Amino acid sequence: MAYTKRSDGRKFEQAREIKAKVGVVPNADGSAMFSFGDTVAIAAVYGPHQLHPQHLQNPEKGILRCNYNMMSFSVSDRIRPGPSKRSTEISKITEWALNKSVMIDEFPNTVIDVHIMIPQADASTRCAGINAASMALAHAGIPMRDIATSVSIGKIDKTLVVDVDKAEEDYEGGEGPTDIALTFLNSIDEISHIQLDGKISTKELKEAVKLGREATKKIYEIQKKALKQAVEGSR
Amino acid sequence: MTDKEKREIVIPGEVVATGSEHLPGDNTIRQKDNILAQRYGIVEKSGKLVKIIPLSGIFAPRRGNVIIAQVSDITFNGWLADIGIANNSFLPVADVPKYLDKNNLAEFLDIGDFFTAKIKSVKSKGIDLTLEGRGLGRLDGGMTFIINPNKVPRVIGKEGSMIKIIKDETDCRITVGQNGLVWIKGDKIENEIKARKAIEFVTKKTLINGLTNKVQEFLRGVGG
Repeated sequence: MAYTKRSDGRKFEQAREIKAKVGVVPNADGSAMFSFGDTVAIAAVYGPHQLHPQHLQNPEKGILRCNYNMMSFSVSDRIRPGPSKRSTEISKITEWALNKSVMIDEFPNTVIDVHIMIPQADASTRCAGINAASMALAHAGIPMRDIATSVSIGKIDKTLVVDVDKAEEDYEGGEGPTDIALTFLNSIDEISHIQLDGKISTKELKEAVKLGREATKKIYEIQKKALKQAVEGSR
Repeated sequence: MTDKEKREIVIPGEVVATGSEHLPGDNTIRQKDNILAQRYGIVEKSGKLVKIIPLSGIFAPRRGNVIIAQVSDITFNGWLADIGIANNSFLPVADVPKYLDKNNLAEFLDIGDFFTAKIKSVKSKGIDLTLEGRGLGRLDGGMTFIINPNKVPRVIGKEGSMIKIIKDETDCRITVGQNGLVWIKGDKIENEIKARKAIEFVTKKTLINGLTNKVQEFLRGVGG
């Protein structure tokens, strides 16, 4: 049976309901919340501040340090808190995805800490995390080339879908699920991150990137609106 | 709202102006025909120049800034101070216009003390401070707190109008460092708290027009 209708009734190129808010962590230098339906990510940015131990310092430019973590209650089975193989990987991926957008050459010997927390997970957490982190970095006043926008494209059986949820990620049947996480820098037209989990042909991958580009444009508008509204509120 | 032109808020990567007649100023970059923002802030166009006034971010030290610092360590020839940025800042004994006992520097400034100083130079290695100038030196008593350094110009106001109102209404001595540290000293603790609340009120409402009047109302409201 082909995947002709999405389990939650969405259109194939439709993302889940997106919510974005800036300034959710008062003690951080910058913070943001971003959610795709039931997937919620909170990012907090601290710095630039001095990096210790000293041997990690780079005298040429600043360092971005990301820390992704799922909370123990974020999924229905309790997840063991603390760093794991998976969260370490996602932290590193997030760092690479965002490194292209930040301009931290002016802050030698310093570090910018980005903490991403997932209080509720329903697949595509890394994408929500990158979106939140990117908004938090802008909110913290870090010079940037662009706001990074991330989305996951799935190939469920033979159908390409935008923003994979847990039910789709676990889909069994036909060719099975393929999950592609993509991060775009839309205004400067660059891709900063692409990850593929599953099987896909070259032609379909190109299709998926195209679909992702269109989807991130919509998400970008939501991020932009959230950042602008944070200031409008104080007028 | 009496605003002639509501000032636009931009996010990094957003097009601020199009066309080659504009010039990119602070926190902007030219990309072909467009001028893009590099930081989250408010656009200000003055003639051809387009610049962005950031809303957030750490203090960017410049030579000549008067700041409030806290002593973090004492060395044989000066003091290491924390001014709220990543780099170290140092106040050498030679830049204190006063006779000092070199064997007992803690007598003049001890660890944890706050003082006002002027930035003498900004180098990649760190920042040098000086006490040569009027009214610079140790801050005795009072209370110190941190505000967003990007809001300091608003707290001071045009030619110090805003800070003057707060000073007059609360009878407090107030020093606002460019790095976002504020020091308040009054006769009564109530007045200090009142002044602090007023300053925090200003930092929250920076984008409102006619804020000086609002602050006056606010101060009278709290007092009465």
